[in-house]
Amino acid sequence: MNAADTIISVRDLGLSFGPKVIQQNVSFDLKRGSIFAVMGGSGCGKSTLLKSMIGLLRPTAGQILVGQEDYWAQNDKRRTEINHRFGVLFQSAALWSSMTVGENVALPMEMFTPLPPDVIRRLVELKLGFVGMEQAIDLMPSEISGGMRKRAGLARAIALDPDILFFDEPSAGLDPITSARLDDLILTLRDGLGATIVIVSHELPSLFAIADDGIFLDAKTHTPIARGAPRDLRDHCTIPEVMAFMNRQAEISPTDETKG
Amino acid sequence: MSPHIMTDPHPHAAPPHPAQTPEKPVWTLEGDSSAPRLVLRGSWSVQDGGMAPFPPDGLTQAQSHGTLTFDSQGVSGWDSAFIAFLWDVKQAASHAGLQFDPYGLPASAQRLLALLPDAPAPNKAADRKKPPLLERVGDKSLNVLNETGTVTELALETAQGACKTLTGKSGMRLKDLATDIWNAGPSALLIVGVVNFLVGAILAFVGLVELRRFAAEIYVANLVGIACAREISAIMTAIVMAGRTGGAYAARISTMLGNEEIDALQVFGIPVSSYILLPSILSLGLMMPLLYIYGTLIAIFGGFVVSVSMMDISPLGYLNTTFEGVSLTEFVFGFVKSFFFASFIALAACRVGLRAGRSAADVGIAATRAVVIGIVGVIAMDAIFAVMATVLGI
Repeated sequence: MNAADTIISVRDLGLSFGPKVIQQNVSFDLKRGSIFAVMGGSGCGKSTLLKSMIGLLRPTAGQILVGQEDYWAQNDKRRTEINHRFGVLFQSAALWSSMTVGENVALPMEMFTPLPPDVIRRLVELKLGFVGMEQAIDLMPSEISGGMRKRAGLARAIALDPDILFFDEPSAGLDPITSARLDDLILTLRDGLGATIVIVSHELPSLFAIADDGIFLDAKTHTPIARGAPRDLRDHCTIPEVMAFMNRQAEISPTDETKG
Repeated sequence: MSPHIMTDPHPHAAPPHPAQTPEKPVWTLEGDSSAPRLVLRGSWSVQDGGMAPFPPDGLTQAQSHGTLTFDSQGVSGWDSAFIAFLWDVKQAASHAGLQFDPYGLPASAQRLLALLPDAPAPNKAADRKKPPLLERVGDKSLNVLNETGTVTELALETAQGACKTLTGKSGMRLKDLATDIWNAGPSALLIVGVVNFLVGAILAFVGLVELRRFAAEIYVANLVGIACAREISAIMTAIVMAGRTGGAYAARISTMLGNEEIDALQVFGIPVSSYILLPSILSLGLMMPLLYIYGTLIAIFGGFVVSVSMMDISPLGYLNTTFEGVSLTEFVFGFVKSFFFASFIALAACRVGLRAGRSAADVGIAATRAVVIGIVGVIAMDAIFAVMATVLGI
């Protein structure tokens, strides 16, 4: 693989909370322009891996190389600078509740760009327009629904035109139609903004639809057990845990199928 | 007449210096008025200052029903700034009645542009009008009455729960009560002690300076003892506890509200009053009178330390004067007041928490409001107690 293609490379990463090991020996390369899925059952450490990639949790072993830099070996200031290339959509959208939707999107621009207020306002309208939220610019986060909050969170994530977008469970709590529309939006934004996307999810339909690479984390062995696009894993993987996950076979409780 | 409409985009944009990187964004309008063509060049990125605005009337010279086409061959790089510009162009085109043909744009820019609505939302923040004065006064009055009713109801429910606790049927978890008692009592000993010690010491200082002029230093013991037992220790303890425990109650309950924990209780039919309010109010009501006694003794000790170290007052003489000068009635009065202060602080804090909004900002507002209401309420209540005591001759 060409080194210029790799935007983030994770090397033998180990994650643990005190003595409790979450994941170990996690290695993968994130290719520029790809949509990379982090898969696995609940509690396998998907979100923890994401946290270590965006600077919220220091890994206990291994390296994360962003470009040529060892992310966790940098000082705080440099890490923050690298973070400006990242956009993150948190699981519960994490909009700042004391600001309007528009102010939420504007804050990163006000803090980190020298743009005048009227230009920022135009850009905020634009970003909210991308996600179909331009009418909510002056509403408070508490006045909008969960799906709208997710979309507003996405608008905030793309506020600084990031190179890499991280999505933590983007479609959790959304209805199938909204969720499919969000998938579409993610694809459009990837193509339009030229971003690379890391997506943590266990929503199978959306993973099959959009992800073109991925890693499967196992909660029992605490290691990744499969690599590849979710579609390929579904069709060709022979590892029982992955097959069960991809085909929604419930081995633990039979009610999983009906819960949806 | 010239066959093309030339519009200079903005003065500093042209001419582009070939050596300079990145290039400034430049746009020119070419073609005749029935088929205008927008030629775009340069680097359109936010960070490089490439936010070129397109004037809303920039296309009015073009004939309507024409088609606007694009030539973006010369665009070297772009991000949101480019789309923002194109969005302006699109609006201007629809304003001028032109067809908008995005074919000449980069494919991904076309996709992003398609996501955008035809026009940005109008700014409607200024639309909210204030209702007339009478309506506002009426609203406020109704709210106050309503609130009084709710608080009374809560107080009665809690009192009822407290009575049931005596018979062991209140449904309150004793573990919660124990935790709350620990938080409202023993863990506040240090701060209540420090505050009361200092207040006692300060009173003694001030008293000594004044009483020395009459050679009546020994009466500083009466001054400190009566003032603290009757008023100051009760108020200081209440203020400390309103800030410490009242704020904590309001923040906890409003956070529970935000996490839908209160909703979960309601669905199960677990009364909020017995599960949350009762342990909170009961613990503070039980602990604060005790804290008051402790605080008064510490305050007297504070006065004692200052008097003995600053003046020729014998330790025994000071204590004797205190015992003779401060009657038990003062303590009973302060003790009873403390209980009412505590109930008020806890009840107000819980009520403020329960009616808070569900966001993080609302939790902050609730905590602030609980502390403010607690402190103001305690001082107002103290004034009422003072009047009652005067009338009754206590």
